[in-house]
Amino acid sequence: MDAAHDVKKEVRVYLMVFAALAFLTVVTVLVSRVHLGLAGNITVALIIATFKASLVAGYFMHLISERQVIYALLTMTGFFLVFMLILFLGSHHDPITGSVYYVPQTVSHPVH
Amino acid sequence: MAHDSNHQDSHHPKHGFWRTYVFNTDHKMIALWYGITALCFLLFGFGLVMLMRWQLAYPEQPLPLIGKWFGPTRMPDGVMLPEFYNQLGAMHGTIMVFMGIVPLAVGAYGNFLIPLMIGAPDMAFPKINLASYWAFFIGGVVMLASFFVPGGAASSGWTSYTPLAVIATTGQTMWIIGMIFLITSSLLGAVNFIATIFQMRAPGLSFMKLPFFIWAQLVTAFLLLLAFPPLEAAGVMQLMDRVAHTSFFMPSGLVVSGEHLKISGGGSVLLWQHLFWFLAHPEVYVLILPAMGIISEIIANNTRKPLWGYKGMVYSIVILGLLSFIVWAHHMFITGMGTTISAFFQATTMIISIPSVVILTALFISLWGGSIRFNIPMLFALAFLPMFGIGGLTGLPLGLSSPDIQLHDTYYVIGHFHYIVAPGTIFALFAGIYYWFPKITGRKMNDLLGHLHFWPSLICMNLVFMPMMIQGLAGVSRRLYDGGASYAHAQGVLHLNVLMSHAAWVMAVFQIPFIINIFWSLYKGQKASDNPWESTTMEWATATPPPHGNFAFDPKVYRGPYEYSVPGATQDYTPQCQEKVI
Amino acid sequence: MSSGTSSSSIYVLPHTVEPNPETGLFNAKLGIWLFLASEVMLFGALFSSYILLRVSSVNWPLGSTILNIPLGTLNTMVLISSSVTMVMAWASLKMKDFGKFKLYLGLTLLCAFIFLIVKYFEYSAKFHHHLFPETSTYMAIYFTLTGLHGIHVIGGIIVNSYLWGPGSKMWLDQPERFTNRIEIAGLYWHFVDLVWIFLFPVLYLL
Repeated sequence: MDAAHDVKKEVRVYLMVFAALAFLTVVTVLVSRVHLGLAGNITVALIIATFKASLVAGYFMHLISERQVIYALLTMTGFFLVFMLILFLGSHHDPITGSVYYVPQTVSHPVH
Repeated sequence: MAHDSNHQDSHHPKHGFWRTYVFNTDHKMIALWYGITALCFLLFGFGLVMLMRWQLAYPEQPLPLIGKWFGPTRMPDGVMLPEFYNQLGAMHGTIMVFMGIVPLAVGAYGNFLIPLMIGAPDMAFPKINLASYWAFFIGGVVMLASFFVPGGAASSGWTSYTPLAVIATTGQTMWIIGMIFLITSSLLGAVNFIATIFQMRAPGLSFMKLPFFIWAQLVTAFLLLLAFPPLEAAGVMQLMDRVAHTSFFMPSGLVVSGEHLKISGGGSVLLWQHLFWFLAHPEVYVLILPAMGIISEIIANNTRKPLWGYKGMVYSIVILGLLSFIVWAHHMFITGMGTTISAFFQATTMIISIPSVVILTALFISLWGGSIRFNIPMLFALAFLPMFGIGGLTGLPLGLSSPDIQLHDTYYVIGHFHYIVAPGTIFALFAGIYYWFPKITGRKMNDLLGHLHFWPSLICMNLVFMPMMIQGLAGVSRRLYDGGASYAHAQGVLHLNVLMSHAAWVMAVFQIPFIINIFWSLYKGQKASDNPWESTTMEWATATPPPHGNFAFDPKVYRGPYEYSVPGATQDYTPQCQEKVI
Repeated sequence: MSSGTSSSSIYVLPHTVEPNPETGLFNAKLGIWLFLASEVMLFGALFSSYILLRVSSVNWPLGSTILNIPLGTLNTMVLISSSVTMVMAWASLKMKDFGKFKLYLGLTLLCAFIFLIVKYFEYSAKFHHHLFPETSTYMAIYFTLTGLHGIHVIGGIIVNSYLWGPGSKMWLDQPERFTNRIEIAGLYWHFVDLVWIFLFPVLYLL
């Protein structure tokens, strides 16, 4: 049914993805030590994480060549997820008036 | 099919009692189990509210006859304690929504009808289907058991708002654990439903030829699949708050009974409400969409004409499903979350009312010019339309943030949503039972007992819920242990409590004909043919009761679902799987 | 395809192996993706909660000052390796090499156990330093997210052990169906890896 050498080609891709993932893990740890400001560090770390996640989803989970139904399902899920996050934040920080609601008093710092 | 090894050998019916009845993976048997269990839970949840209605009508008077049975921790000398009243209220909501209506409307109806209507031999994953039922059953048992732990069952309302729920007694922990089982059950069911509808439709059955009921179940399954997990996350966090003493939902500086709570604080009370309503608003549509599906089938069949605007109804229900994910915070207008976000949710709420109205209008217009058969299922279906209409329209003021300030958490809210779920959804479920009973058992239900069930129920429903609207407009809050007796502004409408309670008890009495009807018809009912209602959809094309594998032939679909009174045909219905118009 | 009478019918569920021509998927593949979509919402809700709690806090600690980054990095590497061995196990079946499949799936299981053991040491070190879920909202979300992820790892171990052991008998009589099973078990396992890819920077580095 399946041409075996196609799979062999795929195996090479898997190993390359593995190398990229390992490399990016080291990069993300090293970059977190560079001082870019909190916002900068968060942005860089999330970009790297998203890239790694896309590698896993795209190649290991074969999303790069998947069926329409699954793309539609994941798009819808992503849409709801984004709405959830934005609207949660919107109830905390008013995007138009700029007022901030619900500031809890403190977060006690863990002892170490 | 190349692989004969795919045979589902485990379905060979010659098994012992356990495999035939309890661990049978046949979708029809699972559906029956779902249905019977859910009906029992519905009856139980209804019983809880009967007790509450005594307390509301006659606050702090001993309950006659059965009051002493409840013991000193719940009703000393037959007088209900406020704590017990709170448990009854919380568990009434939880049981009716999560253990009654959803398992009946989705678990029972969906499981029974989806494979039959789409011409499939079973659900896509029969074993997961069975697991889904047993997860539901265990969740239900945990919920019921919670009445008997110290402090009693959950008492923070079915919404379990924090921080109240976090400092509540052990019953709340049981509630969370029970909910996690119920959520798991729904997720497994939803995966199964969607996979079945996408993968296993009979040849020729394209999406636009699906019966509307299947569309309703498909959208419902998506809501369950994607809206329930956030509540599961919230449940896990509330469990952590209760068991591991974290502060996800606990604000700093919380004082309980004069003492500072020893917690780290810094949590967000609003977060629980967000996560809860992110599920619970789609859940409202989970309650109503299958009901609309059932009603559509019955109306098309009994008007003997196609549904008016089938395509429009399908588009509406899909849009309804999508939009239902972004309207949830209209339950939270008075939390003070800010005007911009309130305006957003108010706008989406007004938009979502449009597809609901489209569906309801299409159903009304479907009646136009039909030669209507007023049988029992149709009576319930006809009652559904105005009752759901009242429920829906009274919701509009609640969806606008300024009138909601007056109406929030009053009896008006209670009246509004009960109009949707009680004479709405539950009437639809009754209609469905009367309608599909002949397919399940081979016998029709009794008409006289049906009338005796329908008319008093319809009258009493309105006598129970309409006065609630009046009380609510007068400003009577919900969840009051004395029904407002100790509030000056409630005095003028207090007498309505007595009327509502008596109507509720009369309604309970007139459920007895229904119960008798089920058992009587099972043995003595009029024998029914395979297609007693002369319907077009595919569940009526197979034998009664449907055999293992559902169809003794390979079903093929040639036409849409509602080909009634086709011009030029001699027969006034043309089944979906019939090749030629006769 | 389907046949029989009410008393003794044996019927065939369509599309357990061969894909549905319309969707191009076999049943279980659509099923697992639906399940994963719900998992996205589960972890998505927890991440959203994390973000809401963090932006509304006055004083949020840096994860790197509390957690052990070398151990976290090690665990990330372990999970990535387990993901690649999982996909290699599937590829081996595609190449009809059952022996290699056993080896790779065994390695996946080994990695999963190593992950849990490392996690155990991390947890006990935290408890030893009196860092409990109730210590702060940060510790609460750390334990909840990693705990829930750990439960998913355990779930994966159970499924993979079954497929490695008794479940692998299916290879003899239904090789294609067994390959499909490994594929969907793999999809779940990669998702568990994918969640960790986000958990690691969010909790440990930021």
